[in-house]
Amino acid sequence: MSAQDSLLYLDGITVSFDGFKALNSLSLIVGEGEMRAIIGPNGAGKTTMMDVITGKTRPDAGEAIFGASVNLLTLDEADIARLGIGRKFQRPSVFESHSVWDNIELALAGNRGVIESLFHKLAASEKARIEEVLETVGLTSEAGKLAAFLSHGQKQWLEIGMLLAQEPRLLLVDEPVAGMTDDETAQTAQLLKRIAKEKAVVVVEHDMSFVRELDVKVTVLHEGSVLAEGTLDAVSAEPRVIEVYLGR
Amino acid sequence: MRRLTYIAAALIAAIALLVPVLNLWVPPDSPFHVPDYLVPLLGKYLCFAILALALDLAWGYCGILSLGHGAFFALGGYAMGMYLMRQIGTRGVYAHPVLPDFMVFLNWKELPWYWYGFDMFWFAAIMVMLVPGLLAFVFGWFAFRSRVTGVYLSIITQALTYALLLAFFRNDMGFGGNNGLTDFKDILGFNIQAQSTRAVLFAVTALILAGFLLMLQYVVMSRLGKVMVAVRDAESRTRFIGYRVEHVKLFAFTLSAVMAGIAGALYVPQVGIINPGEFSPANSIEIVIWTAVGGRGTLVGPIIGALAVNSGKSYFTAAFPDMWLLVLGALFVCVTLFLPKGIVGTLAEWMAKRPAKKTHVPATAPATEAAQ
Ligand SMILES: Nc1ncnc2c1ncn2[C@@H]1O[C@H](COP(=O)(O)OP(=O)(O)OP(=O)(O)O)[C@@H](O)[C@H]1O
Ligand SMILES: [Mg+2]
Repeated sequence: MSAQDSLLYLDGITVSFDGFKALNSLSLIVGEGEMRAIIGPNGAGKTTMMDVITGKTRPDAGEAIFGASVNLLTLDEADIARLGIGRKFQRPSVFESHSVWDNIELALAGNRGVIESLFHKLAASEKARIEEVLETVGLTSEAGKLAAFLSHGQKQWLEIGMLLAQEPRLLLVDEPVAGMTDDETAQTAQLLKRIAKEKAVVVVEHDMSFVRELDVKVTVLHEGSVLAEGTLDAVSAEPRVIEVYLGR
Repeated sequence: MRRLTYIAAALIAAIALLVPVLNLWVPPDSPFHVPDYLVPLLGKYLCFAILALALDLAWGYCGILSLGHGAFFALGGYAMGMYLMRQIGTRGVYAHPVLPDFMVFLNWKELPWYWYGFDMFWFAAIMVMLVPGLLAFVFGWFAFRSRVTGVYLSIITQALTYALLLAFFRNDMGFGGNNGLTDFKDILGFNIQAQSTRAVLFAVTALILAGFLLMLQYVVMSRLGKVMVAVRDAESRTRFIGYRVEHVKLFAFTLSAVMAGIAGALYVPQVGIINPGEFSPANSIEIVIWTAVGGRGTLVGPIIGALAVNSGKSYFTAAFPDMWLLVLGALFVCVTLFLPKGIVGTLAEWMAKRPAKKTHVPATAPATEAAQ
């Protein structure tokens, strides 16, 4: 695959923090509509990679192309979000003093201009869409509740719901099942697989049973570069992967 | 909260009529008579209430803690003061037909260009909004684009008002230096000292306050208002869903500055003077205290805070002149420690908690229900 037929194309991305290379010439290609799992030990650079893609961190070197030709490295966070890249953070990050409904409404795809927002009237179609998203993430009964009062797992789902409402082409999901019960984890896997039918999804996760459940191509990161790529069984069999990650 | 805003707006509108009526048409020996001295004093409090409401939009709703809002208030005040100066005409001490007294005194021969147009009320009225608005826009444009936030932003707003204080003190700036602008004669042809003029100024101030209250109610309930709160609580998160945080802040800050300018313009004819002291950094900090005491992030709170603190100030500065700053400081510490949401915020929370007791059990249940 080349930059032409990929959705996300990263090449030679290097990020250093005071001389320490969090990403070291990282290259990664995600195809349109593909779902990809990223694993790797703590500090491997998984979150930093998402920071680069979403414009939070500027790399020292490398290329990041979205779609056919959009250079992500010249855009800021809001531009990149408007292009169609949505992100769920490692620590659940929702708007706590807004209701669950308002959280979804704010994320809803549409014009984000100041004047449009000031005079915006919620259309029936938007209402229906919010209800649909709430249904999908199982928060219909919590719609009126302040996000601050949700349980940890519910906040994770709300954030996934906000991602959905944004209708991005690419979803970056950082550790969606951290702190969830087994039941919740299994449900989240189903939810992400359903989402992946229509959109490209990149999931970072440590939970191996969850990754197995996703059943997609896996990329192993280590010390800021790709260590292995393939099915979970294939990468699990690689001696280098066992040594740095699975064997611990 | 929405109902509270409507009640407050209606109440303020009623006061706009009631105070002038009780002052002008109820005989002085009646217990319902509002004495003459009280009308401009109350009018002044209402100007401060507008100012606190303005700050609340930027700080309470959008998280921009401006410690320089006094500057926008003073600029609006100066714009109005310049109009009032030019209305004096030949009635000044030097009886110059065009130049205000202080310019004659400084031996100036002609009016500086930036005083042109201020003989017309409509022009001055536009400047009252344009000058503070433009300053806030330009200042905010650079600050918000460079992502200056938190305490750094507060410090540079404080520096802004301090710089203006020093500038307006200078005689060669052409704004009357140290003494500022005063000795006004009339406004729109009416004698500024006349009791009826003062009553009308009071009524206009109250009606503008009520109008701003309703306007902000609309703003904070709109989607933009929700985005502002999102910016306040989780700025970077708001960016990642595609909002231009700097534009949202710029809107809140600029609108807030325009409101502050209007408050200043209403203040000057009622107190009869504007001088550089209005730019003093301490003034801007007081505005923050009014807003905090009443309850930032509520619309009625800052109004109550401004009225309560300023009545207290009037009382203390008369009864125990040396004590006021101590009282103000203690008040701020107490509110920060014990009433972080201010009077109205705390009351609202308390009211919201009472009926919530009944629904306590179902409130935790859906956590397991959603997991099925
Ligand atoms: N802003 C920063 N300043 C300095 N070092 C940083 C910064 N952000 C990340 N790092 C370092 O870069 C390395 C990669 O961090 P990153 O958060 O990307 O790891 P990760 O793979 O997401 O790990 P985890 O599984 O723990 O979430 C870590 O060693 C981290 O300490
Ligand atoms: Mg991480």
